[in-house]
Amino acid sequence: MTKSSKADFKSRFVLERQDFQCLLDALNGQGYRLIAPTPRDGAVVYDEIAAVSDLPIGLTDEQERGTYRLKDGDPGRLFGCGLGPHSWKKFLYPAELRLWNAHANGSLAITPDDHHPERLALIGVRACELGALRVLDRVLSGGQYHDTVYEAQRDHLFIVAVNCGRAGNTCFCASMNTGPRAESGFDLALTEILEPERHYFVVEVGSEAGQRLFDGVPHQSALEADVQKATTIIETTATHMGRHLDTTGIKDLLYANFENSEWDEVAARCLTCGNCTLVCPTCFCTTVEDVAELTGASAQRIRRWDSCFTMDFSYVVGGHVRASARSRYRQWLTHKLAAWIDQFGSSGCVGCGRCITWCPVGIDLTEEAKTIRAHSQPKPETKSRKKIHHENT
Amino acid sequence: MERKNKPKIAVWKFASCDGCQLSLLDCEDELLTVAEAVEIAYFPEATSVSVKGPYDVSLVEGSITTQHDAERIHRVRRASKVLITIGACATAGGIQALRNFKDTKALTAMVYANPKYIETLSKSTPIADHVFVDFELRGCPISKKQLLEVIGAYLDGRKPITPHYSVCVECKRRGTPCVMVAHGTPCLGPVTQAGCNALCPAYQRGCFGCFGPAEVPNTRALAEQWKVLGKSPQDLVRIFRTFNAYADAFRKESDVHES
Ligand code: SF4
Ligand code: SF4
Ligand code: SF4
Ligand code: SF4
Repeated sequence: MTKSSKADFKSRFVLERQDFQCLLDALNGQGYRLIAPTPRDGAVVYDEIAAVSDLPIGLTDEQERGTYRLKDGDPGRLFGCGLGPHSWKKFLYPAELRLWNAHANGSLAITPDDHHPERLALIGVRACELGALRVLDRVLSGGQYHDTVYEAQRDHLFIVAVNCGRAGNTCFCASMNTGPRAESGFDLALTEILEPERHYFVVEVGSEAGQRLFDGVPHQSALEADVQKATTIIETTATHMGRHLDTTGIKDLLYANFENSEWDEVAARCLTCGNCTLVCPTCFCTTVEDVAELTGASAQRIRRWDSCFTMDFSYVVGGHVRASARSRYRQWLTHKLAAWIDQFGSSGCVGCGRCITWCPVGIDLTEEAKTIRAHSQPKPETKSRKKIHHENT
Repeated sequence: MERKNKPKIAVWKFASCDGCQLSLLDCEDELLTVAEAVEIAYFPEATSVSVKGPYDVSLVEGSITTQHDAERIHRVRRASKVLITIGACATAGGIQALRNFKDTKALTAMVYANPKYIETLSKSTPIADHVFVDFELRGCPISKKQLLEVIGAYLDGRKPITPHYSVCVECKRRGTPCVMVAHGTPCLGPVTQAGCNALCPAYQRGCFGCFGPAEVPNTRALAEQWKVLGKSPQDLVRIFRTFNAYADAFRKESDVHES
């Protein structure tokens, strides 16, 4: 799925559950490695699967701030689990990437690493995650500087989206206008329908590549009633969001509350551990580290995921720009929900709720934003601007 | 980078289990490749006679627990251009610093048949409490990878890259589902310095805090969450008092929960 293609192919089809493996086989046949949700160590992660049996069949999850539990769900359901701690960014923007190698052998030779994109089929991509890919597209390939590794991999994806039949307790895509329906940016989008007598998927084709692939998979045209059932499922999900975020004027609200004393209150609870940023599907900050061999004859430059919660992240000559936990939490929330809009033209948050579930102490950004709104203590703009320059602490 | 002369590295042992020196031996493959460039002298049970020097880099393992060692470390310092402490004993007093929370005389009487032959200080203390330390390499035991990085950095005169952020950062990079969130297992990762590549959570165990407190550790907030997960004050005391019990942040937090 190339990032520019839109869902222009609106006809709907039906794929029976017993033919689901045929879809995987067809993807395999086109040389795609299959990446999908799969249970591991008590959570659903994204990894390679060999067959439909590797999906979290019959499982579901219970999520709350700071807790996640896998448990039995509707027997047989393939996509009954919501989001886990992984996001698809790990395949496009790896946690660790070697950029180049240098050898000193008389003279210095620097060899950039060749990164060869793989044909990857991402199966079970949720609407909010399509939103996250759109955000990353803007950040990593929409501006003046492009991440070539990301771009190359992005062009080698086949995306099988899944419309959510249930919103998790920490989901709020409806607030962020990213879900729960996959609107565009996929090759195929499925809605799973599990009935006592029948288990099937209503399939929407979103690209020519999707059409070509689906032609090789047994299917029928969808009946009006099937499409209606799928629509009802998604609409019900949309009205059952676990969380809500009021985004009205949020940029100005957060900019005006730079000095709000509520930041101290959340800073007392925050571990500054960085988990929220690392599970976020749109956080893109990295650090580069040069690793030299003991002989001093060769070195490599490695790029690693970083977080605005680490001290080194804001270290400049003379000290840390954001030395306090207060300044770091505020940076995260204000960048995600406000500054991102100025910087990249959209919110940095797609409402997936991962940062809420996977915060070890259960800090909930929707609650924090609500608190700031309820206790808004706007400062005159000139004063707060000045403060930003002088003490970002 | 070409190095001109052959740097001399000395390895010193104080009160410790030798585990960190084993990490060094475990590096022999790497160290052998530079055997021509570096000369290594081990002083496992060094006496004053053998402290010659000067050494370009001294690696010090172990804590100070006796008067004799409290004096010896000054001689080691004088003989070393750069002194690097390695491991939880040398950087925080080690597991033997548990005595620091008790009456050492009473403990000695309990353990030894003839306590009068035991000469020991009342506290086990990190090397930095006694002499200036150029760099502290954390871990119980230290990580082989970090040790090589630190040696290489000092030989080249650059700053070593050893992160001070939480174990969580490494844990998430390797994709381990969080044991606190997914299992309700208490984990010290959020307040512990990275370096082990989040080993224990990868085996579905909570972090034990081997690498000591991370930069700005919010131990209080973590302890509160552990209470939510069902841990008693006694449990909290015990979890903060292990290999790095006497490290400031962990010591203070454990004191809070001791009634
Ligand atoms: S946030 Fe929306 S799209 Fe994302 S998993 Fe939840 S319900 Fe689905
Ligand atoms: S908000 Fe939660 S996950 Fe994020 S840094 Fe703070 S404690 Fe860690
Ligand atoms: S900020 Fe939180 S809810 Fe928003 S996209 Fe990131 S992880 Fe998801
Ligand atoms: S398992 Fe421990 S180290 Fe890993 S993210 Fe959770 S709290 Fe942090």
